[in-house]
Amino acid sequence: MVEERAASFGKRSIKGTTKLAGLKMAVSMCDLTTLEGKDTPGKVAYLCRKALQPIEVKYDVSSCAAVCVYPNLVKYARQFLGGLSPVKIASVATGFPSGQYPMRTKLEEVRRAAVDGADEIDMVIDRGAFLAGEHAKVFDEIAATKEICGPAHLKVIFETGELVTYDNVRLASEIAMQAGADFIKTSTGKVSPAATMPVTLVMLEAIRDYFFATGIRIGMKPAGGIRTAKQALAYLVMVKETLGDDWLCPQLFRFGASTLLNDVLMQIVKTVEGNYQAADYFSLS
Amino acid sequence: MRTKAKGFSREASEGHAVAVILSRPVVALRERRLNFGGKWNYMPAPEDSKSYPIAPRHELFIGGKFVQPHSKQYFPSINPATEEKLTEIAFAEATDVDKAVKSARRAYQNVWSKMPGRERGKYLYRIARIIQEKARELAVLESMDGGKPIKESRDVDLPLVAAHFFYYAGWADKLKYAFPGKTPEPLGVAGQIIPWNFPLLMAAWKIAPALACGNTVVLKPAETTSITAMRLAQIFLEAELPEGVVNIVTGPGDTGAAIVNHPDIDKLAFTGSTAVGKQIAQAVAGTKKKLTLELGGKAANILFEDAPIDQAIEGVIAGIYFNQGHVCCAGSRLFVQEGIYSMVVKKLRDRIQTLRVGNPLDKNTDIGAINSNAQLRKIRDLVQSGVDEGARLTQTQCDLPEKGYWFPPSFFTGVTHAHRVATEEIFGPVLGVMTFRTPEEAFERANNTPYGLSAGVWTDKGSKIFNMVSQLRAGVVWANSFNKFDPASPFGGYKESGFGREGGLQGLAAYCRLR
Repeated sequence: MVEERAASFGKRSIKGTTKLAGLKMAVSMCDLTTLEGKDTPGKVAYLCRKALQPIEVKYDVSSCAAVCVYPNLVKYARQFLGGLSPVKIASVATGFPSGQYPMRTKLEEVRRAAVDGADEIDMVIDRGAFLAGEHAKVFDEIAATKEICGPAHLKVIFETGELVTYDNVRLASEIAMQAGADFIKTSTGKVSPAATMPVTLVMLEAIRDYFFATGIRIGMKPAGGIRTAKQALAYLVMVKETLGDDWLCPQLFRFGASTLLNDVLMQIVKTVEGNYQAADYFSLS
Repeated sequence: MRTKAKGFSREASEGHAVAVILSRPVVALRERRLNFGGKWNYMPAPEDSKSYPIAPRHELFIGGKFVQPHSKQYFPSINPATEEKLTEIAFAEATDVDKAVKSARRAYQNVWSKMPGRERGKYLYRIARIIQEKARELAVLESMDGGKPIKESRDVDLPLVAAHFFYYAGWADKLKYAFPGKTPEPLGVAGQIIPWNFPLLMAAWKIAPALACGNTVVLKPAETTSITAMRLAQIFLEAELPEGVVNIVTGPGDTGAAIVNHPDIDKLAFTGSTAVGKQIAQAVAGTKKKLTLELGGKAANILFEDAPIDQAIEGVIAGIYFNQGHVCCAGSRLFVQEGIYSMVVKKLRDRIQTLRVGNPLDKNTDIGAINSNAQLRKIRDLVQSGVDEGARLTQTQCDLPEKGYWFPPSFFTGVTHAHRVATEEIFGPVLGVMTFRTPEEAFERANNTPYGLSAGVWTDKGSKIFNMVSQLRAGVVWANSFNKFDPASPFGGYKESGFGREGGLQGLAAYCRLR
């Protein structure tokens, strides 16, 4: 039933003003991401600029939610964005993407990223420990990371492509939320499959049950594999019909993506202008 | 931001528990509700219907021609979503039925029963392919005439219609291998009377196996939904099906009675209400006519504590609200194990709020129009009886269109076996929710009904599924799913839900004499 239900969201026909509103919402929820070994301060600056103003002012599109970078590049992002930016800085940490590092160094990474100015920490869980049944270890690592994060928001990445089953995804969601996650996130983007609609649905359902039980609203971030505006709209439909209007905001829902933004922008321009513009009119992302 | 980040480390780590809790605002217990409001509304997305004009009048289809009824009388066919007249349908009397049966008999004797199976199969394949080509048009007509959402007629009805013709086309030249040790022979002329809830699909269920086995057909669609059956007649012409192999007569119950009572009918197949089914069984008693009946239901959907609840909720929703609940195998009685009862009711309440009721042609509509005013009155009466008898009614909060026949998705809690809504078939989007404690109690209560068409079991434990399935008196039991159909899978009832099976190998047996 999970796949069937997830597929049903993609069948909603999103047209006209609904489409435009949805696309703009998707932009405001984008965590614009660059996670490459060859990342430079210059590329980060460029990404920050793009996140602040994704497209010409006349299209009335808000800034992206955040830029997502490696810990070493957080300070450059902060330099560029300054202290009061609407665009948050997210840093992956804890031995991203594998998580196969000593706890001490993982926490040190988180601490330094936060000191350098990260508003949000995207940690990875230790999938080795999870799959070996050492759930308490996973819990403890998340709780310790949350502690070291301080005011920075904590997103917990499961790498659902490695957890494989829906039961595992559901259990990981519950562990992470109870251990203090502010957001739960599907994937690093380094493993295939990354985010899928059914996996995201299972996580949204876990968030719903946690909300009913505790009154705490946890955020959701599907990441990796979401490349088209059409996909993004289907995710928004899923959020709307699973968790309701309260989750339709960047505080509680994000897309982790690098190529999605330009497709969404292209669709926005197409919806407003009536025809498609060549890719050359959009800055790289 | 940055200054804060610099300063946190020491203080925060001293009070970790506090930091974790304080960083996440807590909503008070009674305000923990999901908000399905209008923050991001979907614009209407209607399917184009202008491209598929409907003729102002539909004649009878007899002997490969469209002919006027003897009475020269016609009755209107109404779009239940707008109450507008779509067309006029011919009113067939006994004389017309006699003509149709004679035509079917001639076709049977001269052509169809003599034709090799592989040739009959070719016609069925051709029909299936034309149906696929015209699927969009047929789906639109089905939704306009019957009120079902285009999403369902497009994605469920039409693919299944084509699949049934393909499936039985495949059997046509393999009949002699279907029943080892036996030789199947056709029966003759089959009279087939079908309901209004799945007009084309029921026509396919009836016609495809009958033709595959070498029988000819006189079919009567339901009074309120004849349009797609007549469009199917055009497809038969296009496929060059020999004249008289399928004849379609339209009209009310009297037309059906004329088929039932016609002396030259060899086989009767009826899908519809149990009351009419009983009349047919009485009328046929003592005659040569073979009979299969697929009648009403009051299916139990049994939800155990160890089921994945969110997935089960989807199954419950699909079980009762699919096609406005106009489904004979609808899961209209929900039995929930006591420990998860309040959670299930809460989730059901949320979930029905996201069902979109309205224009059947809108691609975003989940619940379309009730098929007829008569059916709407019946649903309202039964729901009123539930309220009068003290059950608690929950309905979606939504605006219903002013014109047309509508009923919002609803469920009753506080229902017992002594409530009418828990025993009588409502045939509408209305669910009764009850509880149980042990598996024994579950199947005892599930079986405590004159019906026995279908049932559902939801649990993550395989052994429990097998145990339940062996105890449930129902023709179809779905495990961790509901309302799944496949032409290869036999469908039919226990007890007052009828006898005989449609679909699969068993569906062939209903149209053969085995020697």
